[in-house]
Amino acid sequence: MEQPVIAVRGATASLGSRPVLRGIDLTVGRGEVVALLGANGSGKSTAVRAIVGQVPLTGGELELFGTPRRRFRDWKRVGYVPQRTTAAGGVPATVREVVLSGRLARTKLGPARRADREAVVRALELVGMADRAGDPVAALSGGQHQRVLIARALAGEPELLIMDEPMAGVDLASQEVLAEALRDQVERGASVLLVLHELGPLEPLIDRAVVLRDGCVVHDGAPPRAVGQHALPGHDHVHPHADPAAEPIRTGLLS
Amino acid sequence: MEILELAFMQRALLAALLVGITAPAIGIYLVQRRQALMGDGIGHVALTGVGLGFLLNASPIWVATVVCVLGAVVMELIRSYGRTRGDIALALLFYGGMAGGVMLTSLSDRGSSASLSTYLFGSITTVSREDILAICVLAAFVIVTTVGLRRQLFAICQDEEFARVTGLPVRLLNLLIAVTAAVTVTVAMRVVGLLLVSALMVIPVAASQQITRSFATTFAASVGIGVLVTVSGTTASYYVDVPSGATIVLMAIGLFVVLTALATPLARRRAGRAAAQEQCTLDGKGRSTATDDVRV
Ligand SMILES: Nc1ncnc2c1ncn2[C@@H]1O[C@H](COP(=O)(O)OP(=O)(O)OP(=O)(O)O)[C@@H](O)[C@H]1O
Ligand SMILES: [Mg+2]
Repeated sequence: MEQPVIAVRGATASLGSRPVLRGIDLTVGRGEVVALLGANGSGKSTAVRAIVGQVPLTGGELELFGTPRRRFRDWKRVGYVPQRTTAAGGVPATVREVVLSGRLARTKLGPARRADREAVVRALELVGMADRAGDPVAALSGGQHQRVLIARALAGEPELLIMDEPMAGVDLASQEVLAEALRDQVERGASVLLVLHELGPLEPLIDRAVVLRDGCVVHDGAPPRAVGQHALPGHDHVHPHADPAAEPIRTGLLS
Repeated sequence: MEILELAFMQRALLAALLVGITAPAIGIYLVQRRQALMGDGIGHVALTGVGLGFLLNASPIWVATVVCVLGAVVMELIRSYGRTRGDIALALLFYGGMAGGVMLTSLSDRGSSASLSTYLFGSITTVSREDILAICVLAAFVIVTTVGLRRQLFAICQDEEFARVTGLPVRLLNLLIAVTAAVTVTVAMRVVGLLLVSALMVIPVAASQQITRSFATTFAASVGIGVLVTVSGTTASYYVDVPSGATIVLMAIGLFVVLTALATPLARRRAGRAAAQEQCTLDGKGRSTATDDVRV
């Protein structure tokens, strides 16, 4: 069997004194697109941040491309989109400058070359933001900003994309553009782990869904048919439903 | 120009030029990370270094460099680890540094409150030959760091978590920012003084970003403004007998006000041009957004 690109076994992690991951298993195979679902606070971001090394594990194992995380250094193979609404600093910066940061895993401490600038242009075209390359990021809307963060991850031409709610605040038309961009990446052999609240236009791309609830995996398999949080097993129901399947299917378009 | 024939003015203008370049060059990263007052904190700590220099009968500029670097490293460690009560720790460091400087100076027989005040407020025309050598070496370090690593430092100050996931040695580069800021403080202390160092790190950046849109142009414009105010301020303080540090800072603030006043019509013109291009049309394009799912 081919080596999975992400392999998490029995991972536990705490934030503050609070256990947030309580032994999760998660694998992403090569070329696979896995959605990580779950209610607010279920530990999705913590799981993703643990995978990219930003939250220390208190137990369990974590491998990236078959290498234990601790010894993994090949970050140019990974593209990361953090969960963020605004990441604007105290000084103006253009879309192009922010996206160029996505090449740092390749250039390291060296200078940016022509290939780097070309990759930035391609990434901006993929997310449909090429016409805004020279605009300051502070002048973008939330959804446009999110698309810039996706372009930044794509600019590094990674083999594995790890995205925390990449579609947050992105309108449906742009979600379709991004779904197309993602399909393109997957066809070239990229693997994807992404946190979502609704599958939306990405639904046909997704091979598998992992659902978290209170830091535990409660579902790992086919993506839930229905779209929208109500349909997810991880959703905290404010009012009890006898049978969630009896709910009308939310397509996201008509609800 | 008789001003350029006087050796002490040559040194003064060279020091002013180097401060005009280096202070905004590192300041832009501090402002980007919203740590605009870090320079001020280092300035307070530097005072202990100056006092120690007096006490040990050593060159205050080199001793201050060592003390500043140590102080800046401690500040960076407090920033990155001890989030809780970090502000109290910083306050202890700042005021401890200030009090330590005053105490050490009074204990030494070389230092007096008069000589301390040349460091507090700057005294550019008393820059010695040894001082200028130190300033050149330190400024070269600051310029190489801030220009050579601009993309890396930009990425770290823009989004530290993302920068870490690119595999950059972020902890090391953060320490480098702190050390570079500390070095800049000692470069600038003879010119603008420790109490006004931070102004020259922050105000040129604040002024230029009134009219710039990218990081690269903000960097260039900040350095340009920095050089303009330090050199013209030093020249002015030669002809009119006024302290250089205060002149330089007041000129920078004046430029900030002018650029802010200019920025409003500039932005309006940009907006007007954009509006002329894009008129509302009701052709149904992009309407699909209206049917986007409403989150539960
Ligand atoms: N810095 C922190 N310190 C302590 N607890 C935290 C911290 N950050 C998050 N938590 C807690 O960890 C739990 C999981 O958080 P996490 O951000 O992983 O949730 P999530 O599934 O990504 O939620 P969302 O859908 O809102 O993004 C939450 O209960 C939260 O309260
Ligand atoms: Mg989250």
